[in-house]
Amino acid sequence: MAIDRKTVRHVAHLARLALSPEEEEKTARELGRVLDYIERLAGVDVSSVAPRTFAGDASLAKESMRADEVRPSLPREKVLKQAPEHDGSTFLVPRIIE
Amino acid sequence: MSTPFLSLSALSRALERREAKPSEALEASLRRIGRVDGKVHAFLRLTEEEARSAAQASDDRRARKAPLSPIDGVPIGLKDLFCQQGVETTAGSRILKGYVPPYDATVVRKLREAGAVLVGKLNMDEFAMGSSTENSAFGPTRNPWDLSRTPGGSSGGSAAAVAAKMVPGTLGTDTGGSIRQPAALVGCVGLKPTYGRVSRHGVIAFASSLDQVGPFAEDVRSVALLLQAIAGRDENDQTSSLRPVPDYTAALESGARGLTVGIPAEYFGEGLDPEVEASVRSAMDLLGREGAKLAPISLPHSPHAIAAYYIVATAEASSNLARYDGIRYGLRAQGARSLADLYERTRAEGFGAEVKRRILLGTYALSAGYYEAYYLRAQKVRALIRRDFDQAFAAGVDAVLSPTSPTPAFKLGEKIDDPLAMYLNDIYTVPANLAGLPGISVPCGFSKGGLPIGLQLIGRPFEEATLLRIARATERAVALPARELPL
Repeated sequence: MAIDRKTVRHVAHLARLALSPEEEEKTARELGRVLDYIERLAGVDVSSVAPRTFAGDASLAKESMRADEVRPSLPREKVLKQAPEHDGSTFLVPRIIE
Repeated sequence: MSTPFLSLSALSRALERREAKPSEALEASLRRIGRVDGKVHAFLRLTEEEARSAAQASDDRRARKAPLSPIDGVPIGLKDLFCQQGVETTAGSRILKGYVPPYDATVVRKLREAGAVLVGKLNMDEFAMGSSTENSAFGPTRNPWDLSRTPGGSSGGSAAAVAAKMVPGTLGTDTGGSIRQPAALVGCVGLKPTYGRVSRHGVIAFASSLDQVGPFAEDVRSVALLLQAIAGRDENDQTSSLRPVPDYTAALESGARGLTVGIPAEYFGEGLDPEVEASVRSAMDLLGREGAKLAPISLPHSPHAIAAYYIVATAEASSNLARYDGIRYGLRAQGARSLADLYERTRAEGFGAEVKRRILLGTYALSAGYYEAYYLRAQKVRALIRRDFDQAFAAGVDAVLSPTSPTPAFKLGEKIDDPLAMYLNDIYTVPANLAGLPGISVPCGFSKGGLPIGLQLIGRPFEEATLLRIARATERAVALPARELPL
């Protein structure tokens, strides 16, 4: 299945990924090949099954919920230490309102 | 210590009998790493200081004959996607370079509580996406049996470190074969437990409905001991099962008599290297002679597994990797003009080519107009793949036997420009992930060129004890003679 560069640009925008023109070209080609391979799923008769959306141990899914109660989380200063920019109490981001 | 490179189970015994000390085992490991890892590049970083103090504490417990577990004092390496408090954890990505987790993953905590000595962090394909470890942002790992070849992936560092006898045991993760395939390519044992058997809390996520943590070691008993230490319920991972954890070594030596091993026709078809096929079939016959009943079976939907996998896994990855945005941790691109620009540039600079490819494929598969044709259909095919296995198990099959990988280790660079060829490496391993079943790779021979070959056993959900028992019977039946590593 061929994918055009316009579609690649749209998907890249949805994924918040900046692509160079060369990357757009390459992605269109490579995704096209992978999607060609994936097309084979269209030939499988899936009429007899429901999608397997829960991967876990379904028999015990209900019991595995824990109580909804407030517990201490990681200390703020420890978490902020990993941020590229912060002011000691919050993460800093570029201005979003002019 | 006279014999420094014992398997994990043999080291455990030696420590128990006080023929060896944890601090000596650690120093032997560190010496070996110093000698060979310049060539192999399994480790991204060592945690020598922390390891030495853990080994000393273990020395004391062993001297008092009060070990915390059979692996108390055993040196262990961790794939670099397990969060370890205070130790840089990158998932093989530039976007996490310099990230130091403020907490331990549950499996890391459990290893500490069992007395294990954590030696360092191991190389991997970026975010566990790949089958060769060439997608690491920090350079590839090499196969200890042939340095021009890949150790497989994505847990290539974890596999190579064991094969090169740098550490007796390691942990990796397996989303589509990332434990079993590298184990086969380097000639060690690698186990992917049932989905839900081991907690993923603190494990950097790739595809949440498929990811599972598991051990690598030289022999089956060793991976059983490691599974014992890490398995079990964790309230921080809602998908971890409440089922009790059995004793994984109790029936290990019970043999294969009375057990049925299914041989699926679909796993011996086109694309399988003749030397791999011969080696797997010969091991199968030996297992039959040990008393296992070999039964031809059919798993008709397994050939669709790769196609379904590359929809489900990439869709989940596109969502999981949305968190890397340059705000809370890791890399932040400089010079951004707006918040949107910051996101786009940070992700463009931080992610490698394969990760971008998969994020884009997953985003495409989930986007308006394509969800039903791709994602929903893939989840239905996934249900059919599981149903095939359930039918085989209902007919009395205890485990399914197949090759682990269609070929022995390939050359570095051979498949890196052909994503589809790379994906097809996982053709025999992906079905167990889609079905949530436990799988193990056991060494069964060598190619004429001297490269390891592995076979895969897939078991019933949560019946790792039986799977390990059959794996052990296979290991004993095959009885591979020891080989000198050309390192």
